[in-house]
Amino acid sequence: MSKPILIVEDLTVYYYTLKGIVRAVEEASLKAYSSDLVALVGESGSGKSTLGYALLNLVPPPGRIVKGRVIVNGVDVLSLRGDELRKARGSLISMVFQDPFTTLDPVRRVGDQILEVLLEHGVPLEEARERVVEVIRAVGLPERMARAYPHQLSGGQRQRISIAAAIALKPRVLVADEPTTALDVIVQKQIMDLLDDVRKTTGMAIILITHDIALAAERATKIAVMYAGKIVEYGPKDKVIGDPLHPYTKALLKSVPDIESREWPRPIPGTPPDLRKPPSGCRFHPRCPLAMDICKRKSPNIVEVEPHHYVSCWLYEGGEASG
Amino acid sequence: MVEILSKALTRILSTIIPSRVSGRGRALVYAGLAIVLAIVFMAIAAPLLTPYDPTRRAGRSFQPPSWEHPFGTNNLGYDMWARTVYGARTVLIVVFLSIVLSMAMGVPLGLFSGYYGGRIDRALSMLMDAIYAFPSLVLAISLAVALGPSLFNAAIAIAVVYVPTYFRMVRGQVLSIKEELFVEVARALGIPTSRIIFRHILPHLIPTIMVVFSLSAADAVLTEAALSYLGLSVQPPTPDWGYDLYKGKGFVLSGYWWLIFFPGLMITLLATGFALIGEGLSEQIRRERL
Repeated sequence: MSKPILIVEDLTVYYYTLKGIVRAVEEASLKAYSSDLVALVGESGSGKSTLGYALLNLVPPPGRIVKGRVIVNGVDVLSLRGDELRKARGSLISMVFQDPFTTLDPVRRVGDQILEVLLEHGVPLEEARERVVEVIRAVGLPERMARAYPHQLSGGQRQRISIAAAIALKPRVLVADEPTTALDVIVQKQIMDLLDDVRKTTGMAIILITHDIALAAERATKIAVMYAGKIVEYGPKDKVIGDPLHPYTKALLKSVPDIESREWPRPIPGTPPDLRKPPSGCRFHPRCPLAMDICKRKSPNIVEVEPHHYVSCWLYEGGEASG
Repeated sequence: MVEILSKALTRILSTIIPSRVSGRGRALVYAGLAIVLAIVFMAIAAPLLTPYDPTRRAGRSFQPPSWEHPFGTNNLGYDMWARTVYGARTVLIVVFLSIVLSMAMGVPLGLFSGYYGGRIDRALSMLMDAIYAFPSLVLAISLAVALGPSLFNAAIAIAVVYVPTYFRMVRGQVLSIKEELFVEVARALGIPTSRIIFRHILPHLIPTIMVVFSLSAADAVLTEAALSYLGLSVQPPTPDWGYDLYKGKGFVLSGYWWLIFFPGLMITLLATGFALIGEGLSEQIRRERL
């Protein structure tokens, strides 16, 4: 394979709240290549959205990126400051958000909102106007919609506009934070088709943040499973879904209802830990059916068990694969 | 007295139409606009409305209202109608100047303070609260005394008093609007901060700024009247309602009621007009938010 388009190394994000330090993301590492769709799955509060924001160096206070690197197309986003950082957002790495009902400014025409993004990145007016039309067509909307106000559009149409604004500058990486959660299933499918189309035609890598494992299984090329701020397993979709290694991934897959199987979904016992005081050692050990002594004492490293398939679990540390 | 009267008038006018009627807010705005625009017209067209010079003797002293002198004449024989129409100029200039000044200070400060937060925000908020804690009239009077009596100084004194009103209102709104997702999106797509503040946040504040604008204009009319009543605004013989009220008061017991009746009426009317616009607008906004 060619060089990765996105390299995330040891990314660590803490929230410094009055009630203590919340260790939201701990030493997350990822790689994504051109046209990849990496699904970041995990429960609410597992840190997946925080990780998404961190990729744009956009963690809201009191959050802070403690360490790590985010390299997009050879540029370390976290080392950028001021105007350079601002320009990298949108043109190098961009983001689409969950709720299309609040992501657009209600008092301005949607075309102008896309135009603004282009102009603020130094695209000349004439060219920017043409790009707006182009990109609105590219997301499958008629050109005249540029003149509409957000309230005149449906949820799906608004999400298309949000995507149009996010990809207008042809960024190399697009972070999509639950882009379909607020939409009904038919529109969900259309939006996912659109994102698929975008990444295949432009080679953009998409980081899809979702709690919907079925969606990840269907659309992603790679899946990263997050638990309590850590990436516990990461690899090609077929491996992670078809042959999961980490006990959490296994439990997670069993907790999802499956219409074809006769088995009942099985919830994971216990609750996710309080990230102000994460458990010692492996953060999953209190809920893990296979927990060993060492799991309580030491945190496992993330190791490449088979090519491109990484897992962070004492069962695999040292490379010996066992069930 | 004038203040109570103006508030009572506004209250009466706004209760004539029951609040259930959907056009109520609009009706209040139109009523207020009619009053304010009529007075603005008076100020602009003053030379056409009266043949007399407001600072020259026009006839015998203490003439009661007549066709010749609709508002009578004062102790110096000045025509009171001429003083009333030219006086509209003074009060409107002071009010306009002071409101524009306080808006020009309060709105940007509120925007930046609310958006950036942190230490500067705390310091500014404390300063504004300190100003706000003073009774506004007392503060305006002391500032006007310190600055010295003149039209421009009166405007500055009034402006300072209303800066915190704009600041607090704008800051509060910014605090809530900056949490809106579209602001986050703008940041994620690389829109510069200054543009986020002025193009994405400010437009949402315009309705509220309009309300505060007209309500503080109503207040400013009364404050201006008070300052010039105390001789802290324009200097005689420049026509000014507050000053005429002050001069006229000395002759009331002699039965020359028109010397205070007309200036008082005009002050009340103008304040009521602005207050009605403000009330009507805020009513409209409340209705839209329901």
